[in-house]
Amino acid sequence: MEVGIVGYGACVPRHRIKLEEIAKVWGADAPSYKRGLLLREKSVPTPDQDTITLSVEAARHALKRAGVDPKGIGAIYIGSESHPYAVKPSGTTVAEALGATPEIHCADMEFACKAGSEAMFVALSLVKAGQMDWALGIGADTSQGAPGDALEYSASAGAAAYIMGREKLVAVCEHTNSFMTDTPDFWRREYQFYPRHAGRFTGEPAYFKHVLGCATNLLQRTGTKPSDYRWCVFHQPNGKFPQRAAKELGFTKEQYEQGLLCPILGNTYSGSSPMGLSAILDVAKPGDRIFMVSYGSGSGSDGFVWRVTDRILEVQGLAPHTRWQLEHDPRYVDYGTYAKFRGKIRKLSE
Amino acid sequence: MRDVAVIGVGMSEWGEVWEKSHRRLWTEAALAAVDDAGVDRVDALYVGCMSGGLFVGQEHLGAMLSDQLGMGPVPGTRVESACASGGVAFRQAVMAVASGAHDIVLASGVEKMTDVDGAAATYALSTAADQEYECFQGVTFPGLYAMMARVHMHRHGTTRRQLAQVAVKNHANGALNDKAQYPMKVTVEQVLESPGVADPLRVLDCSPITDGAAAVIVVPLADAKKLSKNPAVKVLASAQASDTLALHDRADLCWLASTAKAAEGAYRMAGIGPGDVSFAEVHDCFTIAEIMVMEALGLVEKGQGGQATEAGWTALDGKIPVNPSGGLKAKGHPVGATGIAQVVESVLQLRGSCGARQVRNARRALTQNMGGTGASSVVHIFERA
Repeated sequence: MEVGIVGYGACVPRHRIKLEEIAKVWGADAPSYKRGLLLREKSVPTPDQDTITLSVEAARHALKRAGVDPKGIGAIYIGSESHPYAVKPSGTTVAEALGATPEIHCADMEFACKAGSEAMFVALSLVKAGQMDWALGIGADTSQGAPGDALEYSASAGAAAYIMGREKLVAVCEHTNSFMTDTPDFWRREYQFYPRHAGRFTGEPAYFKHVLGCATNLLQRTGTKPSDYRWCVFHQPNGKFPQRAAKELGFTKEQYEQGLLCPILGNTYSGSSPMGLSAILDVAKPGDRIFMVSYGSGSGSDGFVWRVTDRILEVQGLAPHTRWQLEHDPRYVDYGTYAKFRGKIRKLSE
Repeated sequence: MRDVAVIGVGMSEWGEVWEKSHRRLWTEAALAAVDDAGVDRVDALYVGCMSGGLFVGQEHLGAMLSDQLGMGPVPGTRVESACASGGVAFRQAVMAVASGAHDIVLASGVEKMTDVDGAAATYALSTAADQEYECFQGVTFPGLYAMMARVHMHRHGTTRRQLAQVAVKNHANGALNDKAQYPMKVTVEQVLESPGVADPLRVLDCSPITDGAAAVIVVPLADAKKLSKNPAVKVLASAQASDTLALHDRADLCWLASTAKAAEGAYRMAGIGPGDVSFAEVHDCFTIAEIMVMEALGLVEKGQGGQATEAGWTALDGKIPVNPSGGLKAKGHPVGATGIAQVVESVLQLRGSCGARQVRNARRALTQNMGGTGASSVVHIFERA
């Protein structure tokens, strides 16, 4: 029995801030940051946008493409590290807004930047198990980076939503696997506003060990090689890491370029590789194979092999493309506006 | 005093070694040196380590490492002289053997620097400067060496390009060293375009933060043949000197008086001059440091270090090769281990076993290791026995 994606959608906030604008405030060397991280700008959520609203928008796009009755969705899982409430699910509000309540299972997920692909994995597995006909998995974040920290140049906002099912598939999941160890490279404790990270430790023993480990296993278990895929997408904490991972595995620029959104989107954490996948689905052709590996600090990766079906051509135009949202008429803000939007300025009334 | 020789050398893996602990790195190097020498015991050990406390929260290294080596009763002594800790530990081992106090002594160095983040590592390293008069004002080592570079450029006409050429040369050598942390070649342009750190120094002017250890076995020269199959390398001279801790107290900000003083003592002890040395392993913690060290050692005239580098004198095939190992710049700089690794390279070169980076007709080697901005310097001279 084949299971996979029935409908997908993404949401990119319209506001952006350029890397130079952030570097100017902190007296940092913008050209070396741009070269080092391969980042140019990032999305900025307005005060009205959070993980819930971004999820609703992305899920509405997914529903349009899936063409299913929201009441038929049996589960909603939202992966994020910026759920607006510490106690109270994001999923209840999103499900209500979509008209998917009340007969629906819901859970919010958290695994740093991997929570989105986790939500996709669980949704996919429940459908595969025959528990329900459709399940919704979302990766969304309005991620935070501490002022002046290297993370501030990348932490951005966005969401991608996937409705998994057994019929009307636009992409079949041919294989999925996970790779996880206890590697604390990035974390945020309770009551802390900003996450902390272990600098260069986030690279080799964290991102690369897990992404490459998961990807290598995925290639071995499917008996495939990079050239068997038309597209690939990896978690994108900056522009550099996913390109290095792709090249080390033997993928080419033509394979990773379409899904590499980070240089102008930033790192949308739980939304990162799911949003990259959505940008690929926007242009994919029937029969294309897509290789996907996420990454979440702590640390782990989920790998997926997707095979695009004929139905993709019917749904691509039903909702805004991810790259169109990213590139169409962005509004640039200065650091002061960005600081206000992101709650970095404490007002008297707070 | 007895003549002293080095009969065994060893190094751990060097680099960002996430999977290995401080003690594991040290033990790898120590066992490699013991194996290389072919000895079955050591009578004492010395370990150079700048800041086990701040980097990994571990002090009392002498006892810990004696225990780690499975030689619990032997005296273990930790030596600290900032980045010169390794060189000074080697000097203590030489003294112990020369004096007759011990016969087979392990001289070693270790630093595990990447368990802390960049800010914590910078703080740990800054404790080698004068806390009250330098650090409390906000200066760090790149800042101090940048000031020395500025004065050198102003007074001697040293150019930004000449500084870059030190890095280019050392990375070219490091590319031939399988122990090097950054064994890649770089160009002058890459150095000049690398991110700024403290003007005029850029990232590629600075040595890296490194995990690593090195060890050597020191014995009486008279026993060397009996104890080991390796060709013995004789320690011709050992000398150490100090200077003001704070840079601003010096009469000449770009003259390393402690290195000059230690070199003077070492040449006298060896009965040779700078012209009699085949190559030198020196403390290039920053590109400007190598230029100043060459001058203080008398390898070039005062103020001529930059020009000599530009002219290729210090290249592997130059008039006086400097840092054939790749130096701190390319090989890495686990501070406590650096001085010992210089001895390792000297011994390997004098044995003629350095492969592609072998210095031709290597007969005498000089090592120079220093702490801080040169507040402590230690110089050794070696000769094929």
